[in-house]
Amino acid sequence: MNWPRASGPKEGAAVSTPEAEPSLYAAREPVFPRRVKGTFRTLKWWIMGITLGIYYITPWLRWDRGPNLPDQAVLVDLANRRFFFFMIEIWPHEFYFVAGLLIMAGLGLFLFTSAAGRVWCGYACPQTVWTDLFILVERWVEGDRNARIRLHRQPWNWEKLVKNGIKWWIWLFIGLATGGAWVFYFTDAPTLLRDLVTFQAHPVAYLTILILTFTTFFFGGFAREQICIYACPWPRIQAAMMDEDTLTIAYREWRGEPRGKQTVEGNGDCIDCMACVNVCPMGIDIRNGQQLACITCGLCIDACNDVMDRIGKPRDLIGYLALTDETRERAGHTPKSVWSHVFRVRTMLYTVLWAGVGIGLVVALFLRSPIDVNVTPVRNPTFVTLSDGSIRNAYDIRLRNMHGEDAQFTMAVTSDAFVTLGLEGETGLTVTVPANETMSQRVYLTAAPGSQAAQEDRTDVRLWVEEQGTTNRVHHDTIFNGKEDSDG
Amino acid sequence: MAKPLKKEVRQVETTGHQWDGIEEYNNPLPRWWVWVFYLTIVWGIGYTIAYPAWPLISQATPGLLGASTRADVAAEIASVDAGNAAIKERLIAADLNAIGADPDLAGYAERAGAAVFRTNCTTCHGSGAAGFEGKGYPNLLDDDWLWGGTMEDIHLTITHGIRNTTDPDARYSEMPKFGLDGILDETQIAQVAEHVLAISGQEHDAGLAAEGATIYADNCAACHMEDGSGDRTQGAPKLTDAIWLYGGSREKIIETVTKARFGVMPNWSPRLSEDEIRAVAFYVHGRGGGE
Repeated sequence: MNWPRASGPKEGAAVSTPEAEPSLYAAREPVFPRRVKGTFRTLKWWIMGITLGIYYITPWLRWDRGPNLPDQAVLVDLANRRFFFFMIEIWPHEFYFVAGLLIMAGLGLFLFTSAAGRVWCGYACPQTVWTDLFILVERWVEGDRNARIRLHRQPWNWEKLVKNGIKWWIWLFIGLATGGAWVFYFTDAPTLLRDLVTFQAHPVAYLTILILTFTTFFFGGFAREQICIYACPWPRIQAAMMDEDTLTIAYREWRGEPRGKQTVEGNGDCIDCMACVNVCPMGIDIRNGQQLACITCGLCIDACNDVMDRIGKPRDLIGYLALTDETRERAGHTPKSVWSHVFRVRTMLYTVLWAGVGIGLVVALFLRSPIDVNVTPVRNPTFVTLSDGSIRNAYDIRLRNMHGEDAQFTMAVTSDAFVTLGLEGETGLTVTVPANETMSQRVYLTAAPGSQAAQEDRTDVRLWVEEQGTTNRVHHDTIFNGKEDSDG
Repeated sequence: MAKPLKKEVRQVETTGHQWDGIEEYNNPLPRWWVWVFYLTIVWGIGYTIAYPAWPLISQATPGLLGASTRADVAAEIASVDAGNAAIKERLIAADLNAIGADPDLAGYAERAGAAVFRTNCTTCHGSGAAGFEGKGYPNLLDDDWLWGGTMEDIHLTITHGIRNTTDPDARYSEMPKFGLDGILDETQIAQVAEHVLAISGQEHDAGLAAEGATIYADNCAACHMEDGSGDRTQGAPKLTDAIWLYGGSREKIIETVTKARFGVMPNWSPRLSEDEIRAVAFYVHGRGGGE
């Protein structure tokens, strides 16, 4: 694949002499995006504000779940193996909810990509959002594009040192805030914040913050577009989901070319002002056509529209366009509406799949029981003969109480044959399972001497667990082993 | 698409070896590779100085850093022991029958007891604590106990053992060898065996059993009681139930009366610490047979 870069090597520069092999390494050309105003820039500021707001505020939201459960609205409680999301509590055995959410996220990306190309990359990806924030800081400290290029080229002096120093310290602070917010998702945020500032938090918290501070600092400050071009697999996969109806950013070269001065007769609308190149955070020239490095952030559209307004030409020399529209426009027709690109069979199919998974998860959420039982028959030995000759089987059962309060669980057994139920360490058939916990309990089934169950090799039994004072009832099928035919 | 790079055939030395006209290039190794190689040698020398490495006659060179996996294990065991010290003390101080009521204590005793049982008891009593039926190794899951099934009884049995010669406090009793020592003749043994079959509810010859009843009263009732209900103070098994330590068939009963049985269990008191004995007693008590 080939992606011409605006400031790439000149034609012929890479031609090798027979002695020297061409270098396979190209140093990064620094990118200095210019400030731009317009619809897409405004949209991107809003999305940045909302996504960063969600990220930073979420761990501080409270949600009352009663005395025994944490009151953090969104909490990944790894220590106790619970995931809390507002009114929903996910236990490890319900991990399929997380799998379902991941499938929905995947299908959602398919949907957006097939409809509007790399919108995720251009607007919502953390790499894009944080890089945008870092560039904002850079511009604030060092000035706009030309001032930054000048600073970059001048030798190291006091001014360069101070400006870079201020910039790096702000970046580091943003990185610290990023890593600092991340750890709050995994434990009670106010407690952790107090521990963090009094240096009493767990070393893992500090280590996580340290790693995320550094990665944010490096990815947003220095790696930037290289992450998208070289490191991220997503741009490669996306190509498989795009087709000729997918909206991408395109330069209307049939309108713009030949580019050059407006005073020259026969020139197109493009005055070759390089505004689209100068604002591009990826450092590419969109006029070379759609290319791998383009994250479709729309900033070149804003830049070009600004210029078109000023020279009195129609807007959208660069704009969102699908391949089919391009063919249509070249032939002199008007393009199809945006909605006809968004609503088509492919995107509908993705939507149906996405909604199907979502509905399935919601149904599963409402159907799940707040109590659960799991039975493991004791197979060593399969049965025990009691002194009166009756046959007893033991079962290790796990009782799960997903409520925030302690609950009374009563056990029962049903079977075609007659067996009696007993609990280890209890006189009755009821046990108290602590709130939000799983408890082990050994239970015994006993068949009277000579009874059907005692003599048959295997008898099907069903163990029932009912929560006292509610209608919650679950069961588990298992086997009762009778006395085998012994040889002596 | 990128232009394919034209690979120049470079003139490099050959090793001089030739096979059927095929020559071998003598391309030098990449410099970085060579330096990494030298670095590994230097590292290797440093490593053998810092860590145990060179084998000598009785042991290896210890290394300057004093690393020892044995010491690591010992330290880890010590730290686990230190971590458990408090709950062990509580276990030793607790009333035997109150362990189950304390969830912390019960949880620890259950797990520690299971470990002790797996290490020390499974050889005779089986990994599932079901013993070996007919071979004289008691099943610990059922409701029949030779020497009692309360926490105190089990604790005492584990501490001192049964009929061993190493602990003077071991529980002791001995069944006479009625046949071998000539106390009863074969007919009498056959008769008393019929009586035992009768009181345990098995098929028997009523005539012989009636003869055996008097022999039983004279010879067996002192320990096994008149009605065959056994005596836990001297470990005399109950003869009327469905559980047989050495088998309940006619042949097995005759064999038992003729040769007698003498099951031995070692005393665990010095080998296991008090907290381990209490833990394993709790574990055994909670397997379904505890009284």
